[in-house]
Order: sequence, then C-alpha cells, then structure tokens
Amino acid sequence: MTKKTGQSPTSSQLLCIQGGIVIDPGHVNGRADVFIQDGNILEVGFPLTNPLCQDSSVTILEANGWIVAPGLVDLHCHLREPGFEYKETIATGAASAVAGGFTTICCMPNTQPVNDNAAITKFMLAQGQEAGKARVFPIGAITKKSEGEELADIGELVDAGCVAISDDGRPVMNSLVMRRALEYAKAFGIPVVDHCEDLHLTDGGCMNEGMVSTELGMPGIPDASEEVMVARNLALADLTGVHVHLAHLSTARSVELVRHAKGQGLPVSAEVCPHHFSITEEAVRCYNSNAKMNPPLRTDEDVQALKQGLVDGTIDVIATDHAPHALQEKQLEFDTAPFGIVGFETALPLTLRLVHDGVLSLEQALDKLTRSPAQLFHLPVGTLQPGTHADIVVFDPHEEWVVDPTKFFSKSQNTPFGGWTVKGKVKMTLVDGRIVYDAR
Amino acid sequence: MGLERKDLLTIAALSADQIQLILTTAESLKEVGGRDIKKVPALRGKTVVNLFFEPSTRTRTSFELAAKRLSADVINFSPSTSSMVKGETLVDTARNIEAMQADIIVLRHPSPGAAENLARSVRSSVINAGDGWHEHPTQALLDVFTIKEKKGHVSGLVVLIVGDVAHSRVARSNILALTKLGAEVRVVAPPTMIPFGLEHFGVEVFYNLDEALIGTDVIIMLRLQRERLGRALLPSLREYAKLFCLTPERLKLAKPDAIVMHPGPLNRGVEISPSVADSNVAVILDQVTNGVSVRMALMYLLSGSGERSTLNE
Repeated sequence: MTKKTGQSPTSSQLLCIQGGIVIDPGHVNGRADVFIQDGNILEVGFPLTNPLCQDSSVTILEANGWIVAPGLVDLHCHLREPGFEYKETIATGAASAVAGGFTTICCMPNTQPVNDNAAITKFMLAQGQEAGKARVFPIGAITKKSEGEELADIGELVDAGCVAISDDGRPVMNSLVMRRALEYAKAFGIPVVDHCEDLHLTDGGCMNEGMVSTELGMPGIPDASEEVMVARNLALADLTGVHVHLAHLSTARSVELVRHAKGQGLPVSAEVCPHHFSITEEAVRCYNSNAKMNPPLRTDEDVQALKQGLVDGTIDVIATDHAPHALQEKQLEFDTAPFGIVGFETALPLTLRLVHDGVLSLEQALDKLTRSPAQLFHLPVGTLQPGTHADIVVFDPHEEWVVDPTKFFSKSQNTPFGGWTVKGKVKMTLVDGRIVYDAR
Repeated sequence: MGLERKDLLTIAALSADQIQLILTTAESLKEVGGRDIKKVPALRGKTVVNLFFEPSTRTRTSFELAAKRLSADVINFSPSTSSMVKGETLVDTARNIEAMQADIIVLRHPSPGAAENLARSVRSSVINAGDGWHEHPTQALLDVFTIKEKKGHVSGLVVLIVGDVAHSRVARSNILALTKLGAEVRVVAPPTMIPFGLEHFGVEVFYNLDEALIGTDVIIMLRLQRERLGRALLPSLREYAKLFCLTPERLKLAKPDAIVMHPGPLNRGVEISPSVADSNVAVILDQVTNGVSVRMALMYLLSGSGERSTLNE
C-alpha cells in the first residue's frame, strides 16, 4: 500500500483500487479502477472521472491485473454460535468467510438455542458487528425450536434483522405447516428457504443410495428423499405465490423439476453447493467422514445436471453450506459422524474450476456468488454500483495453491478437498472500504 | 507362499488365489480339532484380542477357540457402548489395546468400514469379524470351505442366498466369495430387502422362493432380524414365513443332493422349518466346526507363520 502525502481538501477517506479487471455482474466487465469514499463506491471506470481521484490523500491499492469483484454473498452457512462454539464462532466463521472472499454471509438458525426469537437474532448481529469481518445476516427459524409444529414469531424475527426463514437441517415435514409458513411470510416479503428432504425416506441414511452404498453396506439416502420435497415445495409456491428458495440441490431430477417450475413462472429460486458439482459419491469409498454431508454427494450424472442448471439459469446461486464440525466428531465412524463440511475457503476456487473448464464465463460464475444471491434475499450488497457499500474481493484467478485445512481460518478442518491443488487465490477482501483480509 | 497382507478386512480385496490359499491352509489345520490334544504351537507367545462392540457369542467363541488351538494368548474385550458415548473413538480404544502389544485384533463393530478405519491406525493385524451391513469375511470363508468340503468344488455350483440381503454382511461377503470362485449366485427376498443395483454385482435376483430354488446345489438361509419388522420392510413374520420359509416340500425343488446352510442363530419356523434344519441335508453344525479351522488358518497366515513350518511340530 502506498500513501501519497499532502493535505486533503476534504475530511473524506479516499481509496482507489487500481490496475485490476473489474467484474461487477450485469454492469462492468473489463479494465477499471474502483474509487471509494468513506466506505462506499464512488465511481468505477477507466479512467476515473471524479475530480476527487486526483486528491493527494487517496490511498492506492494495486490490483496488479487481478479480478476486482463485489464481495461474495453466501446465502447458506452455519456459524454454530450460540451453542456450538467448539465447532465455530461467529468471529471465526466471519474470518473464514473473508479469507474465502465472502463479505456477506447468511447464517442458519440451527444453533442452541435455535434462532427462533429476536434475542438470538440480535445476539448474532451483535457478534457479527463485534467480529468486524463479513456482514452477518441471520436467517430465522420457520417454526419454534425448528420442531416443525408451531410457527416461530416470524414478524419479530424479521423486525430484529432476519432476512429469510428456514428450518434448515430439520426440514418442515408437515406440508400444512409449510403452507401456513409461506402464507404468513408473504406479509414480510421474505423468502422461505427449505432444505428439501423427506426424513422418512432418508430413514437414517448417511450417503447417496446407489452402487457405492450397496457395495459399502452403508444405509443410503435416495434421490427421491430430496425430490419429493422439491416437488412439494414447488406445488406450495404455486399455491401461495410466495418465493420459495430451495437450498443445496443435489440431484438431476431436482434440477429438472425446478426448470419446469420456472418455465411456468413459479416464484422459486435454487442454490447448489460447490462440493455437489465438484465430486461424487466415489469420495466416500474409503469411509472418509469429510465426504459426509447432507444432501449427500451423488453421481456423475447429477454433477453434470447441476452444472447444466447453473448454465441455463435454473440454479440461481452458488452457496457454501459451510458446516464446520470438530475433529473429534469427524473422527467417529462414517455412519455416526455428523453431516457437513467447511465451505467458505474453498468455494471460490471450486467455482472457478467451472470457469477454467469452460462451463461458465467468469461473469456468470461471479453472478451466482454476488448479484444473484443478494437480489434473492433483498440484501443491499453484491454489486459495485456507485453509492453501495465498498464490499470487494480481489483475487488472482490463475494462481495455484494447495488446500491445507490446518491453515483454515475456520475453527474446523472438515473438508474433502484437503491436498487438492486449486486455481484462484483471494488476495484481498474489503468490507465498507476497510481491508478485512490481506494476502497480497 | 503367504497371504502377504497385514489384515483381513473384506472378501472384496482378496483374489481367488488368496481365498484358495486360506481354504487349503484350513484343510490342513482341520485335523488339529480331531486330536486328543487340540493344540499346535504356531502362535505361541502371540496375543489375540477379540474386540467386540456388538453382542456375539458364536463368532467370538469361534475366534477364541481358533486362537487357543494355535497356542496364542487371547483377551476378550467388549467395550460397553457407553464408552463410545463418553467420546472415546474406536481408534483410541484400539490404540490402547495395541499398546498392550496385541498381535492380532479381531473386530466386530456396528459401523461399516470400522475395520478398515482401525487397520489404517494400528500396526497390529486386524481381522474383520463383521462391520455393520458391510462384510463378514470369515463367515463367507467358512461357508465356501464347507461347500467345497461337501461338494468337492465351488465353481459351477448354483448357490441361492435366501433372505434380507440389504441388511446382511454375510450376504455381501458370500456373494463376493462365491462369484470369485466361479459359482452361479442367486438371491431371493422381498424386494424391500434387495439393495440398490444388486443385479450389477453378478447375481441373479428373484422374488419368489419356489422359482429361485429350481436346480440349486446349495441354499444359504439368512437369519431374519426381527427388528426389521415395523419398518415397512415386511408385513409380518407370518407372511414372511409363508413366502420364504424353507420347508421340506420346497426343498424338493432344489437338486436332490442340495445342501442347506445357515449362519445361525436359527429362527425355527420363520426362515427354516425344523424338519429341514434337523435333517441330514443341513450342514449348519459343520459350518460351526469349519469356522474354527478357517479362523485358525487366517490367524496363522496373517501372523506371518506361513513362512515357517511350525505346523507339524
């Protein structure tokens, strides 16, 4: 960082990220400088035209030809606080997020206690503020204690700062309760997020039901476990007219169902996780509990369908489902170890594999990680348009590095990608024009 | 020639030649069980630990007897499930045992892959005595040993496995062992008890016992686990018995010299009628006897004793 000396005519904090390629999906794609005043975007362009950019007080950040994009937005993570601080805290989760280029993260309510009331929501927001890394937006519970019976105080949750509701991980099995939740949510204009899983069909399964589960003698989770609930939710979205956001799709038929529903104009959106389009059930073969997540890793056919869903827009968003668990929990036998993997710090390079492989353009890929998720949850982020928060990620899309879980900022290390050589390294992350992660 | 491996975890990882080696070794060791003094010094000074996380009497006893006939010292260790609840992992438990210089750990565990996980973490030899629904390799080895003993060969025989294949480690290991040795394998069960894609594992799947029995040389009955009732897999024991119980009338559909096997314990009147179980076509007790020989052979081969001629001392 070089700082020019001299007296500033204004009391403003001025910052310029120069020499990078700016990709602000839908707005800018090309060589540009980003000019920031007091934590907000003032101008993006080349050359900059705002007279203030000549000011001697401007701090210059060199982007060296790297990509400069809106900070990434994650609609699906588990920060474990309150209740499971041994796995992750809001502070360590937020630090992990910015190390992965995420500046906005939406955390699921399956904490202890469950985020089904304003006190927990406000606590989460305060911890996020205190951490001073990524912006933290809580997702409230749909039902009290996420027990699937009585609606949580959804109005109060929204008032306290929740941006969506979900009983993630404990999906609402009762379709009447789900219908009422959707209807009730209509008054607040928030999306309802569902982890689509029929728990009866899952029946204690712990990996994809298929050839590998048969071979390993492992209880399987059939595709249908997800698909029947996707179909239910689509029908309820049609019935109520309320936006349903389908979390972490994993099967080819789920993609097909959503594609069809979107064709009919239903108010539905869908997300996919990097692990589901990167690896298959084969990763479970050596009983690696770090390849255990819910929904489970599926087959190559599903991977191809998920990629196609990203390409044609059926899938709107790439979300991490960041789900840290302590080492001792993942050291249990595969069938008894908990579901979930650390996601923030590998999401960008795994997504960039799709770009390097020619599946998505860089702008398309970043759209799924910035503008699209922000718009779906009505978040005032995900773009570099003048006047918005200067939440920015700067990354080298070509730099190779080896994933080393022991170096994660997350408190946990549960990832199936340890030892992978990946391409795409975050150099710098800014929130409100403040550098919150610096690896230059 | 030795087995040239530290552990015996699965039939999947064995070649047909390795299976044959184990069977041949078991044949020569079977004679020991007929002696007045049923002991050879092959594993003298070695320690075998039976680590059983599931209740089991016959398998544990069989391993214990096998180890003792080879003159090994045997410890039986059955951690209560509460020690797992306390947070001790399987690997912690096993490292404790290894620290007591165990040469062979025999593991029975409810989780698939437990034996593989353990074998990666300890220097001791590990024998899988059943891991969840995954494999029970010594059961399959004693089954093929018994078939070979009764029929003279395995290759070309029609072998039918009857019952809950989906939840059976015995079935998985037997399918692998029998197909590797060239048998024609059939399975028959209600479709709720046939796992995904089983037909791709080189077996023919039937849903009707009478059809499946026609022309069989060997019938392996699986025990019906009563805890499967109430999980929508079966309407009732009564209906299961009606459709799948091996009766003397049904047995007539098999070849005249067919033999009947069962890993035990029997549910008399459910999967097998008493008159079949007690007839001379049933070789169930031979399986038990042979189990000791096969387990002796395995421990002998895994301990590296195969290189030395301590057998005839």
